[in-house]
Amino acid sequence: MKGLWAALRKDLLLQWRTRAQAAAVYAFGASALLLFSFAVGPQASLLREQAAGFLWLGLMLSSTLTLAESFQAEAEQHALEGLLLLPASPRALYYAKALANTTALFLLGTGLLPMMVILYDAATPRVPPLLGIVLLGSAGLSAPGTLYAAMTAQARARQTLLPLLLFPLVVPVLLASVKATSLIIHGDPMGQLGSWTLLLTCFNVIHWSLCGLLFERVVED
Amino acid sequence: MSPQDEVPAIDASGVARRFGRRWAVAGVSLRVRPGTRLMVTGRNGSGKSTLLRVLATASRLDQGEARIAGFDLRTERNAVRRQVALLGHHSYQYEALTARENLEISRRFLGAPADRVEALLSEVGLLARADEPVLVFSAGMRKRLALARALLQDARVLLLDEPYGELDPAGFALLDRVLGEQQRRGVTVLLATHLLDHGRALCDEAIALEEGRVIWSGPARDLPDPGTA
Repeated sequence: MKGLWAALRKDLLLQWRTRAQAAAVYAFGASALLLFSFAVGPQASLLREQAAGFLWLGLMLSSTLTLAESFQAEAEQHALEGLLLLPASPRALYYAKALANTTALFLLGTGLLPMMVILYDAATPRVPPLLGIVLLGSAGLSAPGTLYAAMTAQARARQTLLPLLLFPLVVPVLLASVKATSLIIHGDPMGQLGSWTLLLTCFNVIHWSLCGLLFERVVED
Repeated sequence: MSPQDEVPAIDASGVARRFGRRWAVAGVSLRVRPGTRLMVTGRNGSGKSTLLRVLATASRLDQGEARIAGFDLRTERNAVRRQVALLGHHSYQYEALTARENLEISRRFLGAPADRVEALLSEVGLLARADEPVLVFSAGMRKRLALARALLQDARVLLLDEPYGELDPAGFALLDRVLGEQQRRGVTVLLATHLLDHGRALCDEAIALEEGRVIWSGPARDLPDPGTA
């Protein structure tokens, strides 16, 4: 636990120091939402109907930038290798990084919600469950995303490789998050929200467990 | 003499590491007593850095056996890492963080006393610049910070890969002083360097590498100049 706290403090401090990058990622996500609205046109009902899908596509596209950036600092001066040689537990390093990435993605997703409301007229009074889904979806993107970001950090084509590896794997997260968000915005007469939330939770349990175990194999020479 | 002093600080046999089809280290055997200062020399690409990285467990051991202070490099990696500190070509620092923050991160992982950071920053001459991000540091300052990080580990074996590179004369003197202190503490030092005269004066033993193999070994003062061996 001591290693986890030390690593988490380090990751949060790094994110704070590179917050200009986070602002740029937010601008990217907001631009994506704006472009989706232009692509659909001025049909208010269609925009409102697809709002959840656009929100999660925007968040997913932005997440690759956040995830890749989170390992950039580790790769620059081989800082991650330095921590492993101390020796720091690879598992602690993984969970700290994944938690920090979840925090960053949650804040990004939360920041994109007002954009969704303004651009797509998709307001909802059910804010706490919506934030809960954003949190679960962010965690679902972060768990495998952190692992793949570590794998591709030293690769030449990392900007391309990360989404190529990540996107097929997180299709269940996208599907469940879009459905759950849509049900929160438009109402849930059939009581389906629980099932989609359960799917997100199961995805998280599996990937947070599995990726923590695999991380050592990825980062050790 | 404690039981730990009786086991060699480094006991390596046929250590080999390859990258693709090329053997960077091709069967190096070493037996280094605790407290020894061993110079490792050889031309660029002769395998010095790779050997040190393998012994530090930063790079995988492809063939051979090696023990650091009695701990097996393959099966007791974390125990080996607690015995070894590597000052290599990478500074292992976060450029966006300050010198103090970088050392604090390592200190928390190591569980070292809080006052060690201040003491080490002072020792390497960085106390006045401790709250500046590493990004603005010169190469020599980064080397000093990397040295402070290595010393923070309180390792029994110190692996120094070209530690004098980028250092100014004051840095040279600092490093010599640090090496003297480490010897008094009984720390084993492997010093990879091209500065033969300096190495001969500082070290007890020496080995010369070529194409990943040991081509000369003996007392450091007897190390011949390149081309005369």
